[in-house]
Amino acid sequence: MLKLTGLSKRYDTGDLALNDINLTVPAGQVMALIGPSGAGKSTLIRCVNRLVEPSTGAIELNDQDITRVRGTKLRQARRQIGMIFQNYALVERLSVMENVLSGRLAYVGFWRSFLRRFPASDIQQAFNLLERVGLQTMFDKRGDALSGGQKQRVGIARALMQNPKLLLVDEPTASLDPKTSRQIMRLICELCREQQLAAIINIHDVVLAQQFVDRVVGLRGGELVFDGDPKDLSPDILTSIYGEEDWSVVDDDNEDAEPPAAASVDIAGAHP
Amino acid sequence: MSPADTGSELLSAPERQRMAQAREGHWRPLPLVRSRHWRWFINVSVLLYIVLAWLSVDVNWSRVAQGMERGQEFVASFLSPDFSSRSGEILTGLWESLTMTFTATVIGVALAIPVGLGAARNIAPLPVYFFCRGIIAISRTFQEIIIAILFVTMFGFGPLAGVITLAFATIGFMAKLLAEDIEDTQKEPLEAIRATGGGWLQWINYAVQPQVMPRLIGLSLYRLDINFRESAVIGIVGAGGIGATLNTSINRYDYDTSAAILLLIIVIVLMSEYLSGYVRKWTQ
Amino acid sequence: MPVKHVNNVPVWQRREPLKQYAIWAGWMLGGMLFLLCWKVISDNTIWEFMYDAGTQAGSLIGRMIPPDWSITGSLMVPLWDTINIATVGTALGILIAFPLSFLAARNTTPHPALRAVALAIIVSSRSINALIWAMLLVTIVGPGIFAGMLAIALRSIGFVGKLLYEAIEEIHPTPVEALSSTGAARTQVLAYAVWPQIMPAFAGISVYRWDINIREATTLGLVGAGGIGLQMNAAINNLAWAQVATVFVLIFATVIVSEWVSAKVRHAVI
Repeated sequence: MLKLTGLSKRYDTGDLALNDINLTVPAGQVMALIGPSGAGKSTLIRCVNRLVEPSTGAIELNDQDITRVRGTKLRQARRQIGMIFQNYALVERLSVMENVLSGRLAYVGFWRSFLRRFPASDIQQAFNLLERVGLQTMFDKRGDALSGGQKQRVGIARALMQNPKLLLVDEPTASLDPKTSRQIMRLICELCREQQLAAIINIHDVVLAQQFVDRVVGLRGGELVFDGDPKDLSPDILTSIYGEEDWSVVDDDNEDAEPPAAASVDIAGAHP
Repeated sequence: MSPADTGSELLSAPERQRMAQAREGHWRPLPLVRSRHWRWFINVSVLLYIVLAWLSVDVNWSRVAQGMERGQEFVASFLSPDFSSRSGEILTGLWESLTMTFTATVIGVALAIPVGLGAARNIAPLPVYFFCRGIIAISRTFQEIIIAILFVTMFGFGPLAGVITLAFATIGFMAKLLAEDIEDTQKEPLEAIRATGGGWLQWINYAVQPQVMPRLIGLSLYRLDINFRESAVIGIVGAGGIGATLNTSINRYDYDTSAAILLLIIVIVLMSEYLSGYVRKWTQ
Repeated sequence: MPVKHVNNVPVWQRREPLKQYAIWAGWMLGGMLFLLCWKVISDNTIWEFMYDAGTQAGSLIGRMIPPDWSITGSLMVPLWDTINIATVGTALGILIAFPLSFLAARNTTPHPALRAVALAIIVSSRSINALIWAMLLVTIVGPGIFAGMLAIALRSIGFVGKLLYEAIEEIHPTPVEALSSTGAARTQVLAYAVWPQIMPAFAGISVYRWDINIREATTLGLVGAGGIGLQMNAAINNLAWAQVATVFVLIFATVIVSEWVSAKVRHAVI
């Protein structure tokens, strides 16, 4: 389904974020991507839908090489790939319904989308998805009126509106509390299995990942260091991914729960 | 979770109806104005206004067509500005404008500080507050050019009337923003310094000044910029500066010289903007 | 903390000596510059006129009070024209400034060269006062309301354009990223991710500029560009100060009303 061959990314600053990644994700498989901060997880999933341009290597989606496509071709490739974000990335001043329908933008023309005249089938699908994520009564609410977990549900519905073949999920639970995190992870994984979607989930919380996914890939310093079943994640392997630490107490505590953006705002506020 | 109607019993009837329609695939965004009558009223009044406004404009199209030639001339003159043939007048005008700008800003800011202190509700007694707010209101309502006409009548032609005009306008502008800034300061330092038993001036110096100083500097520089732009205008009514030269050149259709003056104004405004951005960074 | 030793006794100082000297030098230079400027102005002033400034002011105010209310009725049409100049001019200015600001914002511009052109237009429009634009336009399209509207529009382009492109540059980038990743076209991303984010700023800026334009429109008549300024100019030329006072009162009232409206609208959208 998705096939990455020799994928590398070197940023303009000279940092090598990804080094010769080879990875195949079959349809219907939910894969977790784990690794320390700065290991290149985020770069990897952004390379797949070309929000970040890979330096070398190839990305094939259903046997079509999307590494060098541009314009309309790129947009057609992107609409097969849904993406879910850490900070939800909703347009807060638009209503929930509009946010969900925005997943359909690549299927309708500009004026149609501008005047909000989506086809009835799209609206039905949007409503069904909202029902599926449990927000059908909220469809007229504005994005900024929702709680974090609700926003993430809208983000999931938006991604599924694209009728994607592949889901890219970037730290879906990093801004949520432990209970909501579990609910969101469960929802994503259930939906992937229902619709036979492949998914790559970037995640910090190893325990949470083990609980829900089919396969775990470990990334360290831009290189693949582990690829296997979640049950095979031993303390030794965790050490090889994250470095030395006492892994026996790995439990619920989710150290990176705070999104980095909030931290930097705090610093800016303290030293004007 | 049963997907069918969780929580829908909390919705009102119209909301439930919208929901049922959305389920069938019919959905339109909620209108900005809820009431249908108000929407109708607003649309009609906007339309009516457009018609009325259109009627009040009587464009003399033949005059406009005649003028197009001049318009092209004017635009073309920006490519061939003439700095030299009236260089003497331009230089004197610019020099006068710059000196007026600087003097007026210094005087205006110096006077705006007491007025601003007086217009801050949290540190001034009520009668002083109303008096200072009155000064601000008058100074802000009337355009510089109107004030300039009055001062030229009182003080005669020349840059002095211009300086007084700009200083007067500066007072209103600076004092209002300064007063708002003081009203927004943190209360705790004000109380802490007052609790030490210092005098009123010490209190202002130690509690208020440090909190508002960076913004005061930034605003003064901004006002310097505005005063320069205004100094190009008040010359039209005889209050000195580059405006008189510009006015003459435009009335003579000497667009090459006008373009030269306008370009100089644009360049000076740009330079002062860069400079003030730099100074503001430095004072923060 | 800067400390100076006098006879081996540490003495606290507020600043490092070098910095202190620099600040003193700065004040000295500023003071000298001010005196120099003042001298230039004083040389160009006929001080004899100043001696009777007090009497002049007194007689001016004396002739203004009471205002001549009999002309109020005839001022209503010019006042209506003034409001139209401001409103239509603002609308025209916004119409041009809106696309311009998308060209000028770093994150939405299609090409750096276009951005430079857009920024140049914004700076030129902003640096030149509406009254100067009006003077020029009166020579080009002839005197009247039309010249006034164009002048207001030309001045508003820069103001609205600058504030709006700054607002565009400050939007959250993540919704833009999210909508690009759905495969939406550029224009769709602008309409769905950028526009909702800048809409409150846009409404606020527009109303604020309209408020300023009402004030500016009152003066455009001085150079023949229509509105209540024409009557004011005529009254001043006839030294009919009681009529000038009536115009002033009307301007004052209009400005207060427009300020109230603009504050209300800004409050509603933000």
